[in-house]
Amino acid sequence: MTVEPLRPSPATEAPTEGALLHTEIMSLNVGPQHPSTHGVLRLVVDMDGERVVRVTPHMGYLHTGFEKTFEHRTYQQGVTYAPRTDYLHSFGHELAYVLSVEKLLGAEVPERAKVVRVILHELGRIHSHLVFVGTGLLDLGALTPFFYAFREKESVQDLFEAVCGYRMNQGYFRVGGLARDLPEGWPGAVARFLDQLERGVDEYTTLFAANPIFIDRARGVGVIPAGVALDLGLTGPNLRASGVPLDHRKDNPYSGYEEYDFEVITSPDGDSLARFNLRLWELRQSAAIIRQALGKLRPGPVKDPNRKISLPPRHELETSMEAVIHHFKLVTEGFHPPRGEVYVPTESARGEVGYYIVSDGGSMPYRVKIRAPSFVNLQALEYACVGAQFADLITILATIDPVLGDVDR
Amino acid sequence: MPDWLAALLITLLKGVLVALALLTTFAYMTLIERRLLARMQIRLGPNRVGPLGLLQPLADAIKSIFKEDLRVTMADKLVYTMAPIVAIGMALTAFGGIPAGPPGSLFGENPWVYQLDAGILALLAITSMGVYGIFLGGWASGSKYPLLGSLRSSAQMISYELGMGLSILGLLMLVGSTAFVNIVEWQAQNGWMVLFQSLGFALFLVSSFAEVNRTPFDLPEAEQELVAGYLTEYSAIKWALFQMAEYVNMITASAIMATLFFGGYRGPVFLEGLVPGISSWPIVWLVLKIAFFLFLFIWVRGTLPRFRYDQLMRFGWKLLLPLALANTMLTAAYLAFARGAGLWPLALLSLLGLLALLALSDRVRVLWNQPTGRGAADDSFPARPLGGD
Repeated sequence: MTVEPLRPSPATEAPTEGALLHTEIMSLNVGPQHPSTHGVLRLVVDMDGERVVRVTPHMGYLHTGFEKTFEHRTYQQGVTYAPRTDYLHSFGHELAYVLSVEKLLGAEVPERAKVVRVILHELGRIHSHLVFVGTGLLDLGALTPFFYAFREKESVQDLFEAVCGYRMNQGYFRVGGLARDLPEGWPGAVARFLDQLERGVDEYTTLFAANPIFIDRARGVGVIPAGVALDLGLTGPNLRASGVPLDHRKDNPYSGYEEYDFEVITSPDGDSLARFNLRLWELRQSAAIIRQALGKLRPGPVKDPNRKISLPPRHELETSMEAVIHHFKLVTEGFHPPRGEVYVPTESARGEVGYYIVSDGGSMPYRVKIRAPSFVNLQALEYACVGAQFADLITILATIDPVLGDVDR
Repeated sequence: MPDWLAALLITLLKGVLVALALLTTFAYMTLIERRLLARMQIRLGPNRVGPLGLLQPLADAIKSIFKEDLRVTMADKLVYTMAPIVAIGMALTAFGGIPAGPPGSLFGENPWVYQLDAGILALLAITSMGVYGIFLGGWASGSKYPLLGSLRSSAQMISYELGMGLSILGLLMLVGSTAFVNIVEWQAQNGWMVLFQSLGFALFLVSSFAEVNRTPFDLPEAEQELVAGYLTEYSAIKWALFQMAEYVNMITASAIMATLFFGGYRGPVFLEGLVPGISSWPIVWLVLKIAFFLFLFIWVRGTLPRFRYDQLMRFGWKLLLPLALANTMLTAAYLAFARGAGLWPLALLSLLGLLALLALSDRVRVLWNQPTGRGAADDSFPARPLGGD
């Protein structure tokens, strides 16, 4: 008995050179329920024995219609939806969204808010990279690294929880600043966490990243040369692992990134090992950025003082009629940015995140288009996988590190 | 009662006892493995059912027996049902040949279920039958992941069977017998075999990991690639039988290693001074040695990632097999030319071989790494941090 093919079979002539045996090409459906698809990605893999001939990703299993939802929410309410897109680096999307709206609106973000945003943005990157390290090695059959990486990951989430009450999908940034100031003692907790993280990263480096079996599994697997990476529109660690030093924190600084001293790590290899090690190094860079940011943290306001943008403080509502009016207007309809369109590229853990927002002058966006890095990066999957072993497909998928919420939006 | 009937009944009784002991060990092995892995992974592991989680295996057993037994439509009914039975049957049969004590030491009876002159050879033959369980199970599931898993499994087992068989040839030549009792008694006189066949033991250890499908050779059930490999479409008691077979195979492999290379049922002689006769107590020493190797299996699982299929095959054929042959040649050369010099030259040679292999381990990796695409660059990373200005 045969299973009905999902689509016409690919070319039947032997795709691999030098192979002694040719078998009939078999289509294997991987996902959307599969241990290693990092969510609900579905891949139809055509295989010649264990060799991958073609990979077709099928997306949309996590489509939530965020872009459309933005059109029916005020700009401030949109902050709730942005972090749910990439749930591993929520602050990346949150920041990209508020930066776009602020640019449209011409809001002034106070210095303290900028620094806090950088800290949280980098903590988010650390969070995402830690999940990458743990699950990436889990996909190679190593069970233990997952728990070691998640030990640190949980600590990051404790920090998030302390700031805003949520471990994921925070929604802490506001157009014009932050929802509220940091809790007391938080910077000290961050500093302690950074020490823990650096010990942890050293541990991962010696314990897992130096493992010969891991290196054999990852080196030279899924090579994406720089030219191809640029052609496919890859961004973020995946592009830098191919040797292109594009990092929007350096190239288009936002939220005060130009004031921080850090290196853009690149590797000429473009293989899975490079993509993995690169993220380990980025963890260290993020820690360095956060340390600098903690030094810059000065007391001060965390919201734009403009009453047309930020809610007035609670105590003013009892004494000032004007404050009540502003409060009412902001809560019921929000602010009205001028007509126009805006796009601010930012560097999330996965690559370039930007919110392209079109305003028609109303209190809700006319159109929001999310530039989601996972979606674009996933294009490289087939290029990297063809000719590789089936097990390599899992390695490559893990090191490309897509988040399906980010892919499907 | 006629003699033949008594002998039959005693053998039956011993068989049942061994089977029960193995199944109990399997049950508690799962618990110990989960607890130990948890220790290595900074978590607690199952500790809710009973004190220290000691009743967990019982709960698991009840669950697997009463769970609904699902069968996919495409499955071949007969073979699908037979496969786990073949797997566990072969696994249990194999263990019976291993002596747990000197002849006649178990209340006047021999502490083994059956003893063949072919000994280790017969045992290897029986364990290789176990692959039929996995292979047929994967094939009969009528689904693609199990099929891939079972194909990997057959290829892997056949390849490593060769390396395994060859790696003990040197040992058999030294002893001059394939019966377990003779091998153990030879070691009691001359010292543990691992001293004289350290290279052979290293090869045998690696092949054993591959034979019982454990990390880093657990490709047939590679969760992250093949969901659960040949086990994917199995549920309830059939699934539990496969698990049982895997763990019993682990126990058997440990017992073989203990018997062939670590003095088997004989304990260390220096303890004789404290308790006379302690080194020939039945069962105790074998169990201790088996426990050590079982711990090793768990430890490795907590440490290593998994090989890739093509690497595994090249590792078996290009490294393990030639080395096993070399070890055989080495021992043969010793037996032909240097027999009079005692066993120590052989021990030294074998150890040197092993050390040379370990020293060259980074070089020999090219044997199983076929470069793909642009091939490997160098180890140095990161090559050039850019930016900053």
